[in-house]
Amino acid sequence: MTELFARIGRSSLSIFERLGNGTLFLFQILMGLGFGFKRPTLVLLQIWAVGVRSLSIIMVSGAFVGMVLGLQGYNTLVTYGSEESLGALVALSLIRELGPVLTALLFAGRAGSALTAEIGLMKATEQLAALEMMGVDPLQRIVVPRFIAGLFAMPLLAAIFTAIGILGGYFCGVGLLGVDAGAFWSLMQQHIDLIDDVMQGVVIKSIAFGFVVTWIALYEGYASLPTSEGVSQATTRTVVNASLAVLALDFVLTGLMFH
Amino acid sequence: MKITRTMEVGVGLFVSLGLAALLMLALKVANISAMAVTEGYLVTAHFDNIGKLGIRSPVKMSGVVVGRVTRVDYDVDRGQAVVEMRIEKRFSHIPRDTSASIYTAGLLGEQYLSLDPGGEETFLKQGDDLPLTQSAVILERTIQQFLYSKTVQGNGKKKP
Repeated sequence: MTELFARIGRSSLSIFERLGNGTLFLFQILMGLGFGFKRPTLVLLQIWAVGVRSLSIIMVSGAFVGMVLGLQGYNTLVTYGSEESLGALVALSLIRELGPVLTALLFAGRAGSALTAEIGLMKATEQLAALEMMGVDPLQRIVVPRFIAGLFAMPLLAAIFTAIGILGGYFCGVGLLGVDAGAFWSLMQQHIDLIDDVMQGVVIKSIAFGFVVTWIALYEGYASLPTSEGVSQATTRTVVNASLAVLALDFVLTGLMFH
Repeated sequence: MKITRTMEVGVGLFVSLGLAALLMLALKVANISAMAVTEGYLVTAHFDNIGKLGIRSPVKMSGVVVGRVTRVDYDVDRGQAVVEMRIEKRFSHIPRDTSASIYTAGLLGEQYLSLDPGGEETFLKQGDDLPLTQSAVILERTIQQFLYSKTVQGNGKKKP
């Protein structure tokens, strides 16, 4: 019986420990943020790794999500004879929810796991320790550029996802199903506000998601056990925790933004 | 890892693509020009009932959007709702005795304010109040009236 309580106690203590360590880690990153601007080439390298190389998966998924939305939305709307609203439906759902959230989930799977595995392996092969021996702060040299790159790449990826999704919905609705092109765009423009929807929905949400996903990925990598098993566990935790955090944060942000 | 030319070009393309996507969302999707109606003049109108009319609802003349609703309030003195709208500057020759009505786009669509020009020589200017208004049609009320009149009719027929 006491063993049960001991186990509960142990696991909750370890959760709090991880949370505390993660927050301290974030503080250290934020304190060292200036370093990233001193060495922009390091950031550029990471934007290439995190942003540019995620582009293909983001673009393809965006196109298909938009096309599916167009197809499903048309089938539902046509029952009410208001298939012209398809543009508004596709754009609203992409801009407010699907664009930033799906991008963040894909980003966690594509870029977050890579970040964790890379840093975890650096730790396992004692590259981080070697850097420290040379008097280079691994947090500044390795972690900060990746953090800035993640924060920078996420909004751009989300914007590309959303824009391509809307074009996909246009292709499906107007190109294949014969919705009037003028009504598609004009109803979309009537229902979407620059500040309320585009700024809050795409930009602010995706910056918040980029922040959370990159933070979790970097922390898991940095705190992983320096063994092959530890790295694999850390990578799994990154994807799971980052996805859950994104979904939960999305609920909170939506509650705050659109009421 | 060394930075190669391909990476620089790739990152440059990525950043410009992202900004282009944002620009498309702002211009093509959100239609930045529609919300930037800061020029123009303000006109008010009083209604018994404005239905679902709200801020940013379109103001139309012959179906063309000429302005947007900027404020909706309740006028305690007159016991009516007051709607303030901003009409674009280029539509400055609207007769003073124009009437305003609230219609619904389609059966379930959103409501908009429609202006029907009168014949006076003087034109609307900043701060004017439209004299002739017609309230929104509340569907429930119309159905109620219809049913009521039918009942009265039915009762009337039954009488010998």
